[in-house]
Amino acid sequence: MAKTQITAEPGVPFIDITREFDAPRDLILRAHTDPDLIVQWMGPSRFAMTVERWEARDGGGWRYVQRDADGNEWGFHGVFHGPASLDGLTQTFEFEGAPGHISLGTLTFEERNGRTVTHVHSVYQSVEDRDATLASGMADGMNAGYDRLDDLVARLTPVG
Amino acid sequence: MSPDQLNAVFGALADPTRRAILARLTDGDRTVAELSAPFAVSQPAISRHLKVLERAGLVSRSRRATARLSHLEAEPLREATTWLATYQEYWDESYERLDALLAALQASRTDRPSAGGE
Repeated sequence: MAKTQITAEPGVPFIDITREFDAPRDLILRAHTDPDLIVQWMGPSRFAMTVERWEARDGGGWRYVQRDADGNEWGFHGVFHGPASLDGLTQTFEFEGAPGHISLGTLTFEERNGRTVTHVHSVYQSVEDRDATLASGMADGMNAGYDRLDDLVARLTPVG
Repeated sequence: MSPDQLNAVFGALADPTRRAILARLTDGDRTVAELSAPFAVSQPAISRHLKVLERAGLVSRSRRATARLSHLEAEPLREATTWLATYQEYWDESYERLDALLAALQASRTDRPSAGGE
């Protein structure tokens, strides 16, 4: 599987994230709109994730909280604009640790032969905001520990 | 590293001649004449590139007799790539978890053939 492609050109307030998945669009859409699924993949596994709400429809609100092993918490929330569909969805994003700095994310799904490419285009209010996101708490020494990933896969036992 | 410094580093790296200059400096300090030799670029043009690299903290200058030497300062480059890598890791790990979830969801589906496709 190809690595996630992240583009953050200097001097423009955008981040572009592209990734290909071995799954059709309807499952990708489900994974991005069903709160019971969101909690199973969004963010590194070292964070405990609580999804308070995830109303993936026009005007719907969303909020989740990530907590680390030391009990530090980070809250995020926003609003969905327009319908969530097989073509993608649009949402605003605000980190509660930096209120008033809001980004707009447009997510598109493109399917070919049963595989789907997702593309996130995030627009920030300034280049400074974009750079601060890139340098944020996501940058404090993450270890990609796959122990919990194995647990999750084991728990999702196939049927039949 | 501050946002301004990061902008300066990535701006400096956004030019293929400057990237090539940095690659040459990994072999050791060089004068402007030595750096110009492989390129179809004039010495004043190389000097302008070196100024951009110096402002970004990627190159430092010193004198040896009458020669002005450029020296690769690797720390800002290492910091910038580390900073990018951790954001990359956040997304890589999230999407790898999503890969596993999607595989499990497809394995449990009974309403379509297991070999994907429409």
